[in-house]
Amino acid sequence: MATSEVVHAHAAPQGFIRKYIFSLDHKIIGIQYFFLALTAVWVGMILSLLMRIHLIWPDANLPLIGHIQPETYLSLLTMHGTIMVFFVLTTAPQGGFGNYILPIQIGAPDMAFPVLNMLSFWTTFVAFVVMIAAFFVTGGAPLHGWTGYPPLSAVQSSGPGEGLGADLWITSIAIFCAASLMGALNFITTTLDLRAKGMSLMRMPLTVWSWFITAILGLLAFGVLLSAGILLLMDRNLGTSFYLPLIVVNGQVMGHRGGSPLLWQHLFWFFGHPEVYIAILPGMGVASQLLSTFSRKPIFGYRAMVYAMLAIGFLGFMVWGHHMFMSGMNPWSAFAFSILTMCIGVPSAIKTFNWLGTLWRGNVRLYSPMLFAIGFVSLFVSGGLSGPFLAQPTLDIPLHDTYFVVGHFHLIMGVAAIFGIFAATYYWVPKMFGRMMNESLGKIHFWLTFVGTYAIFMPMHYLGMAGHPRRYSQLTELGYLHNLLPLQRFISIAAFITIGAQVIFVLNLFWSIFRGPKASDNPWEATTLEWTTATPPPHDNFGGNTPVVHNGPYEYGVPGAARDFVMQNDPAVSPHPAH
Amino acid sequence: MATLSPNLAVRPPRTRDTGGDPPSYGGGNGNERGGNGSSDYGGRLRRARLGLVVGLTAVVMLFIGFTSAMLVRRGLPSFDQQTNTYSRDWIPIQLPWALIAINTAVLLVSSLTIELARRDISRQMALAPVQSIPGVSLGDERRFPWLGTTVILGLGFLVGQFLVYRVLQQQHAFISRNPSNSFTYLLLGTHAIHLAGGVIALMYAAATTWLQRPIESRRIVIDVAAWYWHFMAFLWMYIFVILLIAR
Repeated sequence: MATSEVVHAHAAPQGFIRKYIFSLDHKIIGIQYFFLALTAVWVGMILSLLMRIHLIWPDANLPLIGHIQPETYLSLLTMHGTIMVFFVLTTAPQGGFGNYILPIQIGAPDMAFPVLNMLSFWTTFVAFVVMIAAFFVTGGAPLHGWTGYPPLSAVQSSGPGEGLGADLWITSIAIFCAASLMGALNFITTTLDLRAKGMSLMRMPLTVWSWFITAILGLLAFGVLLSAGILLLMDRNLGTSFYLPLIVVNGQVMGHRGGSPLLWQHLFWFFGHPEVYIAILPGMGVASQLLSTFSRKPIFGYRAMVYAMLAIGFLGFMVWGHHMFMSGMNPWSAFAFSILTMCIGVPSAIKTFNWLGTLWRGNVRLYSPMLFAIGFVSLFVSGGLSGPFLAQPTLDIPLHDTYFVVGHFHLIMGVAAIFGIFAATYYWVPKMFGRMMNESLGKIHFWLTFVGTYAIFMPMHYLGMAGHPRRYSQLTELGYLHNLLPLQRFISIAAFITIGAQVIFVLNLFWSIFRGPKASDNPWEATTLEWTTATPPPHDNFGGNTPVVHNGPYEYGVPGAARDFVMQNDPAVSPHPAH
Repeated sequence: MATLSPNLAVRPPRTRDTGGDPPSYGGGNGNERGGNGSSDYGGRLRRARLGLVVGLTAVVMLFIGFTSAMLVRRGLPSFDQQTNTYSRDWIPIQLPWALIAINTAVLLVSSLTIELARRDISRQMALAPVQSIPGVSLGDERRFPWLGTTVILGLGFLVGQFLVYRVLQQQHAFISRNPSNSFTYLLLGTHAIHLAGGVIALMYAAATTWLQRPIESRRIVIDVAAWYWHFMAFLWMYIFVILLIAR
């Protein structure tokens, strides 16, 4: 077939290295991204475990790392945030599932530029290795938090991890930017140009829309982060003064003059806020897909869902200032950023109502992917509702440096996005590996994680309102925090249990990949194109039969159809259903 | 086999999206074409150009980041220890404009030569079916090596920029001395790195001729490299103007 030769210029590889290591196949690359993110999430989670242990047992002598010093705590905090944001929340939903599923869902044999796709993964891998290397150099990992605020991040002598460790950190972020830009380029071109015949934009599954919009956000945001990172590296190593004013560090006057740390904040958050949506949008797509599939109903308001995602992406570029209310910005600027931020509530509410509308009177099938999709909606609402609080400067100023913000962004950006990843994993593992995951273990995993994450992050809001500052390593030294220690202990214990529950997930995943029951081609009775092909899909995805699309993506419960769902490539709905 | 629950109220699907012939608009374009053995050449060219435009958007964002940082930094006051006052510390860099003008001219000429190379390969492409007829000759086959000329001009530009760097070093206009200097080095350096990437792309395009790649592939590589090169010239003019008015 001409098409498969054209886009899929590379034949199915034979050797192990070409097939599984330097593969050009988007499916293998997607799986590589997925396992990279799985590795990263365990590293990030162990860092948070160490922090939670330290907070309630500050004198504990831990194996390998011993007694945690305040600067070590800041290193753990920095690396936890960075690894989770970049190598989990950006990598798994977009690089992993987007790479694997997007070409199949639009009926393409591969990504538009397979070599670039491979380069994108391996560049991400190098970025991860460079990031992890920061742990092992003199001085250890940096202390400046995942947001890397100068002057701390811009002066080599400002702390133990701010020497080579911080240089590695910035270099890793810069490499990651390059990788993300390559990925975004591929996603956008593929979506625009490689759709099968009949796959008009408004017939694309909402997952494809979400990956597409995420790619656009990445394309526009990562270039700016790269520029900010280059300036930071220059300030650190070439003596320039972009971010550094006249500054005295450890009694020594530095040679910098006239720069502004706020310049970094502007550039960083111009990237940083869209990054939040880069993490959560794919989760929204997955939730929409799964809620429709497992409610056996068309998604409520397909077009509204698309426009809401576009609106969220568009507004996401205009609200970066709401991270900077504490910076002493002009109140009028703060007012503008505040209003624009609250505007995001409108498309978010549209999405939430449409998800609930999809569930309403549906024939709901509570399989584990569906549980995680519903969990996503729950966490999206719980985490999202504290957004309008923080969007108001008058409320943000007292709450900003407290645990309230920690609770807010973990619920929405951390856990909700992770639930999107879990939902996608339970949903697509049968297609990716050809075997079903264990349903009982999946349900146990869901309930422990769902209750556990609420138990961790909900009380943090109360800690914040009680004035508990974030990023502090020692709680026992401060008298007014003593009353809050029991709540911190509760959070830590909840965290230990929730982390333990993730062991169940990993065991289930690996056991299922190798020993799970064989999956049929369409185990969930879903309609999108990935379920029309073999399980797992062949090298060119459709075995030479390029699909032709006749239907929208969510045709469930169609009157007159033989089954309660119509596949996207079904030529026509039978007017006389079989009885 | 799933059944509908009796109380499930379902909206009838919109006829626009269901059944019938697939529309010819939107996606699904390239896949049905190209059954004539030409390996869907038009689709590949379109995809490559689209990829380039998307990739250049990222470069644009990088330079938007630099420019906005420059404009913000330019307006910032600096604290003076001696007088305990704030003052502007931005002292415009003295650039060797004559040398920069020569470099600019070289780059603009190279943009012209790459355009001629691009048109040349398009013409070859169009004539390829005629040429393949046995016994048909198109006359003199020798062509001016526009691609090679562009590579030489591009390398010439890079050497010229290096000379600008040398002049600045000799004048002790070091990168950390003043924010104007810092931004000038930053813009010139980042542009030079991107242009060097363009030179490598052009060399690869030239290599496709020696490697005897099919003419379609050669045209795609030259076309995309040419548009990238034009963008580099455009980007340079942008930097030129920025340095002229805001350095």
